[in-house]
Amino acid sequence: MEEFDGEPTVTWIPGVNSQKKQMCFDWGPGEMLVCETSFNKKEKSEMVAGCPFIHIIRKDIDVYSKILRKLFNESHGIFVGLQRIEEELTGKSRKAQLVRVSKNYRSVIRACMEEMHQFAVADKDSAIGRQFSSQVSILSAMELIWNLCEILFIEVAPAGPLLLYLLDWVRLHVCEVDSLSADVLGSENPSKHESFWNLPGNTQTLTELELRWQHWHEECERHLQDGTFASNPHLESLCKVLLGDDAALLEHKELLSNWYHFLVTRLLYSQPTVKPMDLHLYAQSSLDLFLGGESSPEPLDNILMAAFEFDIHQVIKECSIALSNWWFVAHLTDLLDHCKLLQSHNLYFGSNMREFLLLEYASGLFAHHSLWQLGVDYCDHCPELGRVSLELHIERIPLTTEQKALKVLRVCEQRQMTEQVRSICKVLAMKAVRNNRLGSALSWSIRAKDAAFATLVSDRFLRDYCERGCFSDLDLIDNLGPAMMLSDRLTFLGKYREFHRLYGEKCFVDAASLLLSLMTSQIAPRSFWMTLLTDALPLLEQKQVIFSAEQTYELLRCLEDLTSGRPLCGEPDAQQLQDDDIETTKVEILRLALARNLARSVIKEGSLEGS
Amino acid sequence: MYCLGVPIPILQMVLQHKDWHAFALVQSRLDEEGRRIFAFGAGLFVPALPTEENWLSAATVPHKKISKTRWRPLPPGSLQTAETFATGSWDNEENYVSMWSIGDFGNLDSDGGFEGDHQLLCSIKHHGDVMDLQFLDQERIVAASSTGCVTIFLHHPNNQTLSASQQWTAAHYHTGPGSPSCSNAPCTGVVCNNPEIVTVGEDGRINLFRADHKEAVRTIDNADSSTLHAVTFLRTPEILTVNSIGQLKIWDFRQQRNEPTQILSLTGDRVPLHCVDRHPNQQHVVATGGQDGMLSIWDVRQGTMPVSLLKAHEAEMWEVHFHPSNPDHLFTCSEDGSLWHWDASTDGPEKSSLFHQGGRNSTFLSHTISNQANVHQSLISSWLSTDPAKDRIEITSLLPNRTLSVNSLDVLGPCLVCGTDAEAIYVTRQLFS
Repeated sequence: MEEFDGEPTVTWIPGVNSQKKQMCFDWGPGEMLVCETSFNKKEKSEMVAGCPFIHIIRKDIDVYSKILRKLFNESHGIFVGLQRIEEELTGKSRKAQLVRVSKNYRSVIRACMEEMHQFAVADKDSAIGRQFSSQVSILSAMELIWNLCEILFIEVAPAGPLLLYLLDWVRLHVCEVDSLSADVLGSENPSKHESFWNLPGNTQTLTELELRWQHWHEECERHLQDGTFASNPHLESLCKVLLGDDAALLEHKELLSNWYHFLVTRLLYSQPTVKPMDLHLYAQSSLDLFLGGESSPEPLDNILMAAFEFDIHQVIKECSIALSNWWFVAHLTDLLDHCKLLQSHNLYFGSNMREFLLLEYASGLFAHHSLWQLGVDYCDHCPELGRVSLELHIERIPLTTEQKALKVLRVCEQRQMTEQVRSICKVLAMKAVRNNRLGSALSWSIRAKDAAFATLVSDRFLRDYCERGCFSDLDLIDNLGPAMMLSDRLTFLGKYREFHRLYGEKCFVDAASLLLSLMTSQIAPRSFWMTLLTDALPLLEQKQVIFSAEQTYELLRCLEDLTSGRPLCGEPDAQQLQDDDIETTKVEILRLALARNLARSVIKEGSLEGS
Repeated sequence: MYCLGVPIPILQMVLQHKDWHAFALVQSRLDEEGRRIFAFGAGLFVPALPTEENWLSAATVPHKKISKTRWRPLPPGSLQTAETFATGSWDNEENYVSMWSIGDFGNLDSDGGFEGDHQLLCSIKHHGDVMDLQFLDQERIVAASSTGCVTIFLHHPNNQTLSASQQWTAAHYHTGPGSPSCSNAPCTGVVCNNPEIVTVGEDGRINLFRADHKEAVRTIDNADSSTLHAVTFLRTPEILTVNSIGQLKIWDFRQQRNEPTQILSLTGDRVPLHCVDRHPNQQHVVATGGQDGMLSIWDVRQGTMPVSLLKAHEAEMWEVHFHPSNPDHLFTCSEDGSLWHWDASTDGPEKSSLFHQGGRNSTFLSHTISNQANVHQSLISSWLSTDPAKDRIEITSLLPNRTLSVNSLDVLGPCLVCGTDAEAIYVTRQLFS
């Protein structure tokens, strides 16, 4: 185990006095249930009114922000696109694509920030408005960090252009924090520098540039020492600034909004060709000088410093601790992984950092009532634990309508998750049975290929038939097709209905042999035999002979099987006696009809053979 | 491609991806320099987000998954193009029915002029998922809810508000075994023919309402043993329903018997049918979409099986629509995130070459005219004819990169609107360019 990276934060459960009461909890995916318990070792628990609520504790609260849904939805599209980037692409084209992806992510963050800002401004006096503006600053910090990571890790700017990127970075982020500093930047990075940067162009090498810059720098220094500007303190101070004098710059600290602004200004005037590897030295000293021991660095400062030190893992770790969402670290880590910057790092938990963070983010999405569809693609792109994670989450999605269930089923079927398909169909079939929708229930169990449940539903159909004397849901039963073979009982139901259809169509001979075969092939359940034999009665009473002698013997054997196997009861009550009475009469009638039919068929068959 | 039935139509299908610019998105967003950037082409992208002008109403309408999109019908004889549509949302804690305007495409200025052009006009909270949405007339819209409730919303264009004007609670419900209490069943489909409203649901029930009656005019309990997924009018007293075991049933409200007058079905596999639409001019021609993404064309006058089965999407086809005034064109959308345009009018190379000449507007005009002429000339629908040499369906995929399900679409004139689970609404005003 590694040690903790900081004190774990304490979440207070409202209404529970943790000094006096105890709490119990249970883990869920992305959530936790907490409630008060009355467990007490010493004496019987005094029934002091405690907290009557069960609380759901969520980890990733930003998932529930209504405005950030745009961030989740749009970044999902970018994420899926990034996974499709062809591996073969190498060198420049691949880098260009990765930089474009990174810019797309940032563009979505900015779009959300803008929207959030509108809400904050419009509602600035209320608590919600304040909440929005704090969200704006979090989003702004996220974009600031992402942008710096993009310059250092993805763009991998070399000495020279590096400062240009950093200038853009500061200009973009300082501008929006404070319009005053925007003006300052506009005037303090005067046109001199614009033309200065235009000068080298592409024709000059870095060394040439360095030489010329050195020359200009010395000239400035000479002017200062000669006291050219001594008459005017403003000009003198300006000259010092141009020379990158720390003290002179810090005199105007109020114009520099923060230490990284100071850092870039300092680099511009003293080290325009700073190498990426030296950045952290300047960054550290700028931070120390700017804070001047008055205040300690904040989380954002630490994150930026870690980036300047090229310590990617530290950046991700600090971000995970500081931010209230998994979105940022999950997407940034994934992108850096595609830049092949994270391969060596394995965790002692989960599989690797990329997967771990993506799955944490995905579980937040699955816990959300509406964003679960996005989580699926994140799981798909986690080769080691993604599938298992998806299997666990997908079964727990509440199925409010069949339409939603179909969408969930589609997700499972596309991934051959047969176990989950079965369980979802079973849930739906159970629901349909409870709602008395037997047809639907049967459809769902056929889709799940769930033979046991199909048998159960078929029994319900048969029971309803026995009670009402007619079939319901004929449109379904008549069109079972090959699905009929799913379970014996379902086959029987289908065939028994076919018997009724044949009988209705007056195909008596076919109907009779079908009826007999249902009993002799043992498809019909024993409990149903009496009904089947009773159904044979009208066929036996037809004018023409339908059952042959052989068939009649078979029927007789079925009847005897049924009556001889009947267990003897001890003390029959009145109801049972009456039932038995009816049964006995039925058997008597059947025997009579069978005997008569046998006689007729023997005569008929005999006379046919004789003639 | 699969074909059933004796005459086997051999349809050559060309699946091509429409040029990105032909249906480009218009998005405004800040770039990394902090500037507002616009990307636009012939189409118009309306992101499901509130705009500056109407953020107040937008505050109560957060981002949500779109289940239905419908154009508001134009007044008869109007020469305008569609500009107002309604959307419904699903799978949120709070769902809404909303009205949107796409405004005039002509007057966009160079700097941020789009902001006012796609705007949310108004929204109203809707209890449960919006399962279906249909305009009754220009002001009234009927919403079907997953709670089994059917509501008529009235749109007041003067002050841009929506209000519930009439409601049938528990229009669809289950009766549990042995208990008299009933639980609500989702209402899955609704179709309107002012003043009549027909609804179907997971309870297999068909209701016929009249906009001015409090009670249902006619109810067919247990009309279907499985879930009814969609309904449409065939001829006025006759309706068509599709169900989850691949059957298409025709019901006649003039008959007192609660039995369908005709049952047509896919053979064998009992693949659920999710959507149905009737040809606007030839009422016997019907198109349905199934769970396997297959498009079936039926001739309800003959046979009990589809005339042709066309392999289409990779997952559930959620909606199918014939173009109301240009019925050689058909549009489908699917769970697999695709939106397709089926064109059965291209029957010769000389005709298609005509379309690709000239400016966009004139192209569209000539297209419309030639197609209407075509309809009048041939009595046989291009969807039913079986001449392999002549017939050719050209399929164009309209959305560039598919992600999540396209749940709904609607076409009116040259305009198409569709809504997705990725919480986006796409609109194009130049379908035939």
